[in-house]
Amino acid sequence: APGTIKVEVMPYKMHRLDAPSNVVETSVEELKTFYHTMYRMRRMEIAADMMYKAKFIRGFCHLYDGQEAVLTGIEAAITKKDSIITSYRDHCQHISRGGSIFSLMAELMGKAEGATRGLGGSMHIYNKKGHFYGGNGIVGAQIPLGAGIALAHKYRGEPNVCITMYGDGAANQGQKYEALNMAGLWNLPCIFVCENNHYGMGTAEWRAAKSPLYYTRGDYIPGIKVDGMDVLAVKNAVAFAKAYALANGPIVMEMDTYRYHGHSMSDPGSTYRTRDEINAMRTERDPIERVKKLLLANGVDAAELKKIDKEVKAEVDGAVEAAKAGTIPPDHWLWKNMYMAPLGAEVRGVLPGVYKSPDFDPEYKN
Amino acid sequence: TEMTVRDAINSALDEELARDDKVYVLGEEVGEYQGAYKITRGLLQKYGPDRVKDTPITEAGFTGIAVGSAFAGLKPVCEFMTWNFALQALDQIINSAAKTLYMSAGQINCPIVFRGPNGAAAGVAAQHSQCFAAWYSSVPGLKVLAPYDSEDARGLMKAAIRDPDPVIFLENEILYGQAFPVTPEVLDKDFVLPIGKAKVMREGKHVTLVSFSKMVGYCLKAASALARDGVECEVINLRSIKPLDKDCLVASLKKTHKMVVVEEGWPQSGVGSEIAALMQELAFDELDAPVLRVTGAEVPMPYAANLEAAALPQVDDIVKAVKSIA
Repeated sequence: APGTIKVEVMPYKMHRLDAPSNVVETSVEELKTFYHTMYRMRRMEIAADMMYKAKFIRGFCHLYDGQEAVLTGIEAAITKKDSIITSYRDHCQHISRGGSIFSLMAELMGKAEGATRGLGGSMHIYNKKGHFYGGNGIVGAQIPLGAGIALAHKYRGEPNVCITMYGDGAANQGQKYEALNMAGLWNLPCIFVCENNHYGMGTAEWRAAKSPLYYTRGDYIPGIKVDGMDVLAVKNAVAFAKAYALANGPIVMEMDTYRYHGHSMSDPGSTYRTRDEINAMRTERDPIERVKKLLLANGVDAAELKKIDKEVKAEVDGAVEAAKAGTIPPDHWLWKNMYMAPLGAEVRGVLPGVYKSPDFDPEYKN
Repeated sequence: TEMTVRDAINSALDEELARDDKVYVLGEEVGEYQGAYKITRGLLQKYGPDRVKDTPITEAGFTGIAVGSAFAGLKPVCEFMTWNFALQALDQIINSAAKTLYMSAGQINCPIVFRGPNGAAAGVAAQHSQCFAAWYSSVPGLKVLAPYDSEDARGLMKAAIRDPDPVIFLENEILYGQAFPVTPEVLDKDFVLPIGKAKVMREGKHVTLVSFSKMVGYCLKAASALARDGVECEVINLRSIKPLDKDCLVASLKKTHKMVVVEEGWPQSGVGSEIAALMQELAFDELDAPVLRVTGAEVPMPYAANLEAAALPQVDDIVKAVKSIA
């Protein structure tokens, strides 16, 4: 087709499966969308870092910068009727599933306008309508949950998959192997996406995994290893994986990626890896720079990209300011939505004699 | 007519599978084996392998899968061969099933029933004999039910499956084969008991006996024995451990002014401890004696028959406890 650009990506490494082509078709329009999407994620996470350091954000906060190509490539290959579930590193899934930067920032700041009304926080963001199932705080627990979501798709006869994302740290969890086994037995349309950023918290992959070849560790489940810093490589591989999963059952994808920040905000990210390693990643493999180079090489003017940068910065800055101006959740929200059918039962407060009747009020109207 | 507790649960599952195609059953040996305790007998033949799913012996995994499918709109009934094995899956029950509706600000509910035999069986020793009622009842987001007879089993199982929240359903292996009288109303396919309501099994004016599951039968026996000595016990079958029917307990206490709570579980932080604390908070002036607890002994369950009996409440223990305050 006119306007089609063909790009050669790093060849895929395969386990029990023949490789798809490593020549990926794209267009200037698609590359611009990728650039915009990834840059938005990047700026948002950098803003979260600043707001955390300025003490507007409490508790745990795990940032995604560096890994943007993985999620962006996934979304380019699936539809919004396919499901996604991930770990606590979930800010960007909120955006990719249709949430706003404002509602993410408001959630991080514990505001009533937040994605989960200030009740979930950084690690617990969901979008049921967008088929995004969180936002799960316990390492590895989302893996069988994702297989269960895939089971529901299959049970209802829907042509959809569940993208089940986890890190290289979670890849050693026992329940991952239990989920892979059942997904294999029952041919569940589940794509197990291991985002290998090479460190489970501060433990390098080779210190935690007897075999860090995560794409092979489904054993009887086929696998594919992808350059997770290249959005085109990811898009192409996920399209292949989705078709495979719908026809055959589960598949494991290992996305070779890197997180620029530490594991969480309490981790400067520099005790267990070198500055040189981080800098080399940024200069040689940065996913946004890669797309930028492709755009420039295909005749897009640098000024146009600068304009995108400027718009994104303004959007993020505006969202941060609006979130700061948000309201704190009223005290009575403490008692909402513990049960969908609260049955009029009472729950106890801090002091004796303080009993409340929880209500189900997902719109937070009362 | 009479019906065993086993047939009561089996018929409730059967009818709910027929009523709603989002309902499915999964667990170890629920299908081809027909259930380790035959609770799911005949269901595979009737509903097929997509709705009666045999799982491998991997509790964390299949519990997570069941919870995930509930998030996505199905209504799984997840069997644990016994509740002891659910310890392997505790994270999925507590952190995933119980908390997600709240954490998601009301977006994602989890309509699931976790069921299986709970508490002491006979001669199976420490790792297979434990009551989890107190554990699960401490968790916001869960509902915890414990049927005693066949009426309870049918009405509460149907209520649990139709409920949109996660329900812990604590059965008792020794009661499975026991037959109880059932009325035509109980056999109706829409017989549903209210979650959160206790049942007064026997009225009395001197002492209130509170219990759940198998211990309800022991309390009824103790009440008969005590009646011969002129002590009239009111026997309350909790049915629901969470929510707890505080109103029923307080109303009975206002009548009898004395209460004994009986459970097979361990004493510390038990259901009885909670009820004793509640009664002195809510109705201190009504109490003419301390609320007493009759509980399982604070030891892992021994194997030998005499030691096992010594570790569990017996009818005589209940009689003694009542007499100490009557």
